[in-house]
Amino acid sequence: MKRILIVGGGIGGTILANNLARRLNHELHSGDVGITLLSASDRHMYQPGLLYVAFGRMTPDEIYRDQASLLEPDIAFHVDPVEEFRFEANAVRTASGKSFEYDYLAIATGSRPVAESIPGLAEHAHHVYTEAAALKTFQALRDFQGGKIVVAAAVPHKCPMVPLEITFLLHDYFQDRGLLDKVKIHYTYPINRVHSLENVAKWAAPEFDRLGISYETLFNVKEVDGAKRQVLSEEGSSVDYDLLIAIPPHKGMEVIEKNNLGKGGWIPTDRNSLRMENRDNVFVLGDTTNIATSKAGSTAHYEAEVLGENLAALVKLGSEVKTYEGKVFCFIEAGKDRATYASFDYNHPPQPQPPTQAVHWFKMAYNRLYWNSVRGLL
Amino acid sequence: MQDPQILDARGATCPGPLMELIAHIKLMDVGEEVEVLTTDRGSATDIPIWLRKVGHECINMREDAGVYHIRVRKTK
Ligand SMILES: Cc1cc2nc3c(=O)[nH]c(=O)nc-3n(C[C@H](O)[C@H](O)[C@H](O)COP(=O)(O)OP(=O)(O)OC[C@H]3O[C@@H](n4cnc5c(N)ncnc54)[C@H](O)[C@@H]3O)c2cc1C
Repeated sequence: MKRILIVGGGIGGTILANNLARRLNHELHSGDVGITLLSASDRHMYQPGLLYVAFGRMTPDEIYRDQASLLEPDIAFHVDPVEEFRFEANAVRTASGKSFEYDYLAIATGSRPVAESIPGLAEHAHHVYTEAAALKTFQALRDFQGGKIVVAAAVPHKCPMVPLEITFLLHDYFQDRGLLDKVKIHYTYPINRVHSLENVAKWAAPEFDRLGISYETLFNVKEVDGAKRQVLSEEGSSVDYDLLIAIPPHKGMEVIEKNNLGKGGWIPTDRNSLRMENRDNVFVLGDTTNIATSKAGSTAHYEAEVLGENLAALVKLGSEVKTYEGKVFCFIEAGKDRATYASFDYNHPPQPQPPTQAVHWFKMAYNRLYWNSVRGLL
Repeated sequence: MQDPQILDARGATCPGPLMELIAHIKLMDVGEEVEVLTTDRGSATDIPIWLRKVGHECINMREDAGVYHIRVRKTK
């Protein structure tokens, strides 16, 4: 029997498991293949929903489903997080003390915000990267009666669209509450334009001008001085705030660092084969790779589809059939019920179009369709 | 001398070579070097500007068949 072990039941691991279960349906039933998924939680969170939770547009219960309900029935699923990777033995050891052996391993453990890695950030800034933080942000926005809101993005962070989206949503939120004349929004960004994608930056900057949102580029958060309500940058500048909304820096999961799989929790991964460096039968997908691309659900999704096809081909044909070409597709909420999107790969930079209402409603529909997407039905 | 680490940002548009470098530098020790590979001409100017601003060192830069190799040392 060929044993395929998937570690991580987020978007990447779930799509991969379901994709494989369909491709290897016959082999699963004949007992020639076994697919096991290990995760740290019995629930699956639709993470982009956290942004809407912070603005009172979604409630937390709407962004969770039972993980088991999303999986094809032939997948063996255990809530038993991996603690040790034993590559030489082709096995992992889990929190419960069990050992799971494999012929092929796929790692998709995701990433986590580490606000605490910047002095003062965890104590004084709000963010939307965990359920608790999103709820706290929701309350802080409800309570805010006026003053200067600073949006500060630290790197690396997952979903490169969040800094812009949160800024446009802040503008709408206070406009809808009739408080806009008392609120000043100031946006900061690490590189020398307002977004990493040049064409997105080209429409976002004039849009900020039009909405009265000020901005400052080449601003990398170094420290937050809570007593002075001031953010200091690596570049030597500073900005005062009344309310600080941060995009916290991220790392991969601790288990990756502890096992020396990669600095910062990012696993060295071949950007085309998705194979872990120096490991023949270990593959990596989603946020935890060190590939220089967006840490986004859509990246994990496209990588899972390539890996699904390749692992099934390895079982059936003995070799891989596909390469990952860097495909990513991201929606960008542009405020006032308009949105656009960026679609790109290693060889084709994105050409985003001006935002429209149609794309916004498509994104709203995707918030619901997500559950079909992870089941592999879209 | 140790070989520098390689940061392969060829074809990377989002978050792009400079943001990848900013993130990567955080994980390096002072004195360590990284060679950024990028196909983006804009990054070949943006990266040295940022390095100057924050005080890390751009050791050298060369172009080879459309790929810029930018060698960087973390200085603080
Ligand atoms: C506010 C917000 C907005 C976002 N917006 C977008 C968007 O609009 N578009 C987009 O494409 N992306 C968006 N993203 C990013 C997207 O959610 C992530 O990039 C995506 O979830 C990464 O998928 P993944 O499979 O790598 O990891 P995750 O989905 O994070 O899953 C990781 C899984 O690993 C499990 N795990 C962790 N440790 C262990 C262990 N030791 N053993 C076993 N299992 C373990 C976890 O329980 C989890 O199930 C957003 C994220 C946030 C927070």
